[in-house]
Amino acid sequence: MVNRVVIGAHYGLRDWLVQRISAVVMVGYVLALSAQLLLQDHPGYDAWTELFSSQWMRTFSLLFLLALFYHAWIGIRDIVMDYVKPASVRLVIHTLVILALMIYSIWSVEILWGM
Amino acid sequence: MRFQIYRYNPDTDSAPYMRDYELKIEAGDMMLLDALVLLKQQDDSLSLRKSCREGVCGSDAMNINGRNGLACITPLSSLQQPVVLRPLPGLPVIRDLIVDMTQFFKQYHSIKPYLINNDPPPETERLQSPEQREHLNGLYECILCGCCTTACPSFWWNPDKFVGPAGLLQAYRFIADTRDQATAERLDDLEDPYRLFRCHTIMNCVDVCPKELNPTEAIGNIKDMMVKRMV
Repeated sequence: MVNRVVIGAHYGLRDWLVQRISAVVMVGYVLALSAQLLLQDHPGYDAWTELFSSQWMRTFSLLFLLALFYHAWIGIRDIVMDYVKPASVRLVIHTLVILALMIYSIWSVEILWGM
Repeated sequence: MRFQIYRYNPDTDSAPYMRDYELKIEAGDMMLLDALVLLKQQDDSLSLRKSCREGVCGSDAMNINGRNGLACITPLSSLQQPVVLRPLPGLPVIRDLIVDMTQFFKQYHSIKPYLINNDPPPETERLQSPEQREHLNGLYECILCGCCTTACPSFWWNPDKFVGPAGLLQAYRFIADTRDQATAERLDDLEDPYRLFRCHTIMNCVDVCPKELNPTEAIGNIKDMMVKRMV
C-alpha cells in the first residue's frame, strides 16, 4: 500500500466547471443548428454555404468547436489518469493530445473562415 | 439452499476459488448472516467478520449476488440461488470474505472526521438550532461498512488518491456542521483533480448503501459550495 501520496493540484474544480459549461455551449449549438436545418425551405449546398457565410454562425461554430476540444481534453485526461500510471507515459500522451487539439483548433478557424 | 462462497487462505491456497455449500433450511424470515453462521458450523474454516448482527456495526459487508450489502440485514428470501458470496471488491483479501480495510479508513481519516473548533469549549455543549441540526440528517448515520466505496470504479482505479463516497459523505458531514470552523480548509483539501473530482456521478454508492444514504448528493453539495466560494 502507498503510504505517502502527493496530491493537491488545485485544478479539480476549474476543470469540472469548464466541462459543465462547455457541455452547455455544445447543447446550445446543436439545438440552434438543428433548428436551422429543420426550418430551411430548400436544404442543400447553397443554403448550407449561405448559413455559414454569416459571421455569427462562424463565431458560434468556432465557440462550439473550442468547447468541444476543451471538453474532450478534460475527458481524455480523466481516462489517462485512471488507466496510465507511469508519469512519463502520461506526460507524453497529455502533450500529444494537447498538440492534436491545438492543431484542430487552428484547422477549424481555417475551415470556417476559408469557406 | 445453495451457496457459492469465495474461499482464499493465502497460507495454503495458491489462488482463490469458489466453493459450493448446501443448507437444508427454509429461508423464512432468516437473514443471510444466520445462514452463514450455520455454514460456519458445517465448515469452521470459513472466515467472515460479524458483530452486531443488526445493521449497525457494518462488519459483515460483502458482495452478495454481485451487489454489496450487509449480510445481517439481507433477507435470505430475497436472494436468488445459488447465493454467490464474495468479499467486497477492490480491497485486498485477508482471508475468504474478510478484506483489508486499511486503505478505506486511511481515506476516511484523511478528511479529518472530527469537529474542528478553536473557540474555548463552553460550560455545556456547543449548541445548534433544530434547523442547523437538520442539515446533518442523512450524513451522520453512515456506519462505514465500505459497501459504497468498494462499489465505486473510481475508488478501484485510484484507491490511494480518491477519497471515495463514504469518506466524502463524512467530509460533507463536517462541512455542513455549523459548529465546525475549518470549512475553507476542508474545501481546499478536496479541490484537486483526484480527491473529490474523480467522482463521475454514476451513483453506485447510492444504489448499494444499506443505510439508504446518498453520498452522490453530498458530493454535489460540496461541489456547489466550491463553486459558490469561487464566483
